[in-house]
Amino acid sequence: MRAPLSWLREYVDLPAGETGRDVQERLIAVGLEVETVDQLGAGLKGPLVVGQVLAIEELTEFKKPIRYCQVDVGDANGTGEPQNIVCGARNFAVGDKVVVVLPGATLPGDFHIAARKTYGHTSEGMICSASELGMGESDFFGGGAGIIVLPPEYQVGADAVELLELVDEVLDIAVTPDRGYCLSMRGLAREAAIAYGLPLRDPALIDVPAGNAHGYPVRIADPAGCDRLVARTVSNVNPAALSPIWLQRRLQKAGMRPISLAVDITNYVMLEIGQPLHAYDRARVDGPIGVRRAEPGEKLTTLDGTQRVLDAGDLLITDAAGPIGLAGVMGGASSEIDDTGATTTAVVIEAAHFDPISIARTARRHKLSSEASRRFERGTDPLAAAAAAQRTVDLLVLLAGATAEAGVTEVAEPYRPRTVLMRADHPDRVAGTRYGRETVVRRLQQIGCAVSGSDLLTVTAPSWRPDLTAPNDLAEEVIRLEGFANLPSTLPTAPAGGGLTESQLLQRRIGRALAGAGYTEALNYPFIGEGVLDQLGVEPGDPRRRTVRLVNPLSDEEPSLRTTLLPGLLTALRRNVGRGSHDLALFETGLVFLPTGEEPAPPRPSADHRPDGEQIAALNASLPHQPRHLAVVLTGARERAGWWGEGHRAGWADAVEAARTVAAEVGVELTVRQGGYPPWHPGRCAALYVGDELVGHAGELHPRAVKALGIPERTGAMELDLDALERSAGGPVRAPRVSTFPVATQDVALVVDHGVPAADVESALRDGAGALLESLRLFDIFTGEQLGEGKKSLAYALRFRAADRTLTADEASAARDAAVGAAAERTGAVLRGA
Amino acid sequence: MSAPNKSYDPVEVEALKPEQIERMRDEAVAAVAAASDLDELREVKAAHAGDRSPLALANREIAALPPHAKADAGKRVGQARGAVNKALAARQGELEAERDARVLVEEAVDVTLSYDRRPAGARHPMTTFADRIADVFTALGYRVAEGPEVETEWFNFDALNFPPDHPAREMQDTFFVRGADGGEDSGLVLRTHTSPVQIRSMIDSEPPLYVVCPGRVYRTDELDATHTPVFTQVELLAVDEGLTMADLKGTLDHMVGALFGEGMRTRLRPNFFPFTEPSAEMDMVCYVCRGESVGNPDRPCRTCSSEGWIELGGCGMVNPRVLTACGIDPDKYSGFAFGFGIERMLMFRHNIEDMRDIVEGDVRFTLPFGMEI
Repeated sequence: MRAPLSWLREYVDLPAGETGRDVQERLIAVGLEVETVDQLGAGLKGPLVVGQVLAIEELTEFKKPIRYCQVDVGDANGTGEPQNIVCGARNFAVGDKVVVVLPGATLPGDFHIAARKTYGHTSEGMICSASELGMGESDFFGGGAGIIVLPPEYQVGADAVELLELVDEVLDIAVTPDRGYCLSMRGLAREAAIAYGLPLRDPALIDVPAGNAHGYPVRIADPAGCDRLVARTVSNVNPAALSPIWLQRRLQKAGMRPISLAVDITNYVMLEIGQPLHAYDRARVDGPIGVRRAEPGEKLTTLDGTQRVLDAGDLLITDAAGPIGLAGVMGGASSEIDDTGATTTAVVIEAAHFDPISIARTARRHKLSSEASRRFERGTDPLAAAAAAQRTVDLLVLLAGATAEAGVTEVAEPYRPRTVLMRADHPDRVAGTRYGRETVVRRLQQIGCAVSGSDLLTVTAPSWRPDLTAPNDLAEEVIRLEGFANLPSTLPTAPAGGGLTESQLLQRRIGRALAGAGYTEALNYPFIGEGVLDQLGVEPGDPRRRTVRLVNPLSDEEPSLRTTLLPGLLTALRRNVGRGSHDLALFETGLVFLPTGEEPAPPRPSADHRPDGEQIAALNASLPHQPRHLAVVLTGARERAGWWGEGHRAGWADAVEAARTVAAEVGVELTVRQGGYPPWHPGRCAALYVGDELVGHAGELHPRAVKALGIPERTGAMELDLDALERSAGGPVRAPRVSTFPVATQDVALVVDHGVPAADVESALRDGAGALLESLRLFDIFTGEQLGEGKKSLAYALRFRAADRTLTADEASAARDAAVGAAAERTGAVLRGA
Repeated sequence: MSAPNKSYDPVEVEALKPEQIERMRDEAVAAVAAASDLDELREVKAAHAGDRSPLALANREIAALPPHAKADAGKRVGQARGAVNKALAARQGELEAERDARVLVEEAVDVTLSYDRRPAGARHPMTTFADRIADVFTALGYRVAEGPEVETEWFNFDALNFPPDHPAREMQDTFFVRGADGGEDSGLVLRTHTSPVQIRSMIDSEPPLYVVCPGRVYRTDELDATHTPVFTQVELLAVDEGLTMADLKGTLDHMVGALFGEGMRTRLRPNFFPFTEPSAEMDMVCYVCRGESVGNPDRPCRTCSSEGWIELGGCGMVNPRVLTACGIDPDKYSGFAFGFGIERMLMFRHNIEDMRDIVEGDVRFTLPFGMEI
């Protein structure tokens, strides 16, 4: 809501020197979000005067038509001689009254005006358009983007700064949904009056005739949707009457466009009192005005020219011929007042009160938010409808020479004021400070409540405050007016807590471990599309293609939520490479979204009480599975080459190692098996298991995926289901017994077929070696002719140690032989050189 | 014990004359002094202190001396050998020191060589900042709660007193989720705040309840220098007997002090949220200019637009309707809550100019933040 300070002053006698910034500060203190104070006409300096065009010479030798004009500006130029002005606009004629800025003046935007030579003539000033005067882009006297042509009654030479009310301050206020009454000057003035402790002149407090039987006929078929409708009629409207400058200017400053007198008046009254009104051309309304719900599929063309198919929930205004408006949202084109106002001579004025929810639904359903719907859906003052209609009638009489007709229609359900019971010390208990009953009562009365009672107050909310329904609502009013700034500051004592959970500690630990291992965390958006799954080579039917989809994605290319972290991480990798970083190791932990596609729709339990266990279970069952995953991607050097020697290129083994790093933090043992899972290279993919549960994959990406994604060759990746890993986590570490007896080391080189996984050889060695084996390490792999085709030699260092004695050479050898024997039996291994 | 030797050979005992012993000693000491490196010294040692050295041989002769001369000769030879050994040890020390000095010089390296063999890693500052905020509250006894990101409208809106079709729902630009059937009205959304986690906490446990909920939330904003559709929120909830707005204020003051240093203050301004009543917008003193830019055109502050205050987020007393929706008796308990997006906080705390740096994952941005912030 944009509130011109000059207009506000009409209802509250603010101190004369008070600036917009001062008022802003006071209004913020009582809880209005005053976002900005626009300084209209800042820097504007005359002379700026009304002139009359005496002559026009058309200059045709230029690229565009130019006019050389003689303009009478009276004595404003000190000589009384006509002013010679070059002008590029064409929407005026000899005899027109225009606005002229003279040399020596400054227009908004620090635009200094001087006599200057242009198009072969000296131009002594300028004929002005609305936008040049800082009046905004909107229309003024129909001038559009051209220069302003004033009605003839204005005096030549008169000061246009004052005439056009060019200097003002406008407070721009973001009104919260609970305070619809502040979408009016009346409501804002009330707040300003309270903030300054000054009386309010309420524009809705005017004499209003009671309803009678002679008014325009109205039939309300849905009193729940429309519990009040006031209809008034005026005749003898002068169709040629224009909105006066003050009216147009106030609409402009408030951010609305002047259209025609009758429409401008209804908009003006809406801004003033907060009651949206509709004016119908009486000649275009056929019979009684009705209010009813739409028939499903019924059609209506609204004022914006859109034909809308109606829903059974839409509330309509009708006449005998059918719908003439979407109630409270937008009028229909058929009964519209002629844009130029040139034919309308009789007007029906409608001021109604509608059910806020119904209006909100219709506005949302038709994606049609209007000034009217914004007010109705926040709740208007039902008792102000008659006053607003009267005010409209008065202005039509005053400005359009209309005759007010005696018939007054008022169809209304009885108004029932809302009463709230509240303990007098409730605001004290909410705030944590002491106001006392007297302050509480005074503050509530200031906002318009009627208050009675001593310890228990009976508070009747004013008709314009439908938001005041509970004791806390009233407490807020008291606390805000007493000042949030005056609240004390106390720190409550929570019961002793247990700190972070194991899972939360683990997440931090994993992050630190990976960062310590050289990985940098990247947090990516979870939005993906089919395209990236194609690039990754994820096959049709793969569960990762079953995604959660958004109704309103930011990009149509990425309408789904991720089922794997890799697309986001690989995009980040590509971005980094594109920006010149080449040695990259990135990681991310985050949720992936794995719907089954068979989740039932959630129930919508009432929020008036706690849902029961079954409802909560049903709510949760409607959600897709959302496990936490962890992924890494890496490319370039894992270890750089340099003066110290060779580096090491990141590869599949580093990706597997990252998984082991994570598993070590979790405290589980990973088993690695040969895997084959897109987007990994089929021969370089490790399937990661905990026990028999598959928890993820690691390795080098498939060359096709790498190419499709445009990332460096041999990029490595790993992705784990962290939740699954965590479920398998063991308890605290159990300390090993440290033997102080000497170690016996035995090396073995085993020749196996090329296809035998090292992990199998290793586990056979472990099992065979028995309890004396302290550790085992693969230290070399050898292939060569002397081994024979399709063979490889794996060299292991075995360390044996006993807890209670020094092992003899025979004991160590026996253990080694048992290890080799097991490997021979299970993998066909042959001791090299044997 | 053998019998006294009566038949000694006067020629053989020549070597035991005092001057002879002195000469051997002097020759040995001179040879030691002349040894120029450890190898030479080893040879000198063998020649003058070894088993076949003159003094060793002389020592053997003592046994052949008449008893009256033995003690005297033994003492002389012993002293001479002692002097030689002492000289040897001293020279050994000197030569080793010389060698060490030389070798250490030879082994000297250029310690200014750069060494970036293993590229560094780092956690993302959003993660570590959220951790840090959570730590402020766990220290007060709060627990950290988490929840799903695809959430039901009931948890995200209804339970928070956003009635269906209330204009307040449109305050949050919501990503709506399609139903399993592809329908638009599935009742699921991407959570627009972490408040549903608060609802879940209240539904799951009895007061007193002190929880902090950090997490990712979603709104349909396009990414630009100051907005991101996916951002991180931290929300706080306390439900207990007798909690007040003063407690809310005190908790906020504590938080900004803990995160931004002593002396940082907060300010509350009335506002509206469906889930709190009363509701407030919370500001803190501008971290960058500390309010000194206000009315001081010479020192404008871009962070707070010279307003002196930075908007942090919304807060208020938990609306009794929300307590009711969660099965908590509003006549017995009251609560306060606040929530804020921490990207903006991170931006002014660390002088970040563009939101895109936070979301793009450029390692050059993230690395300097290390493991903790």
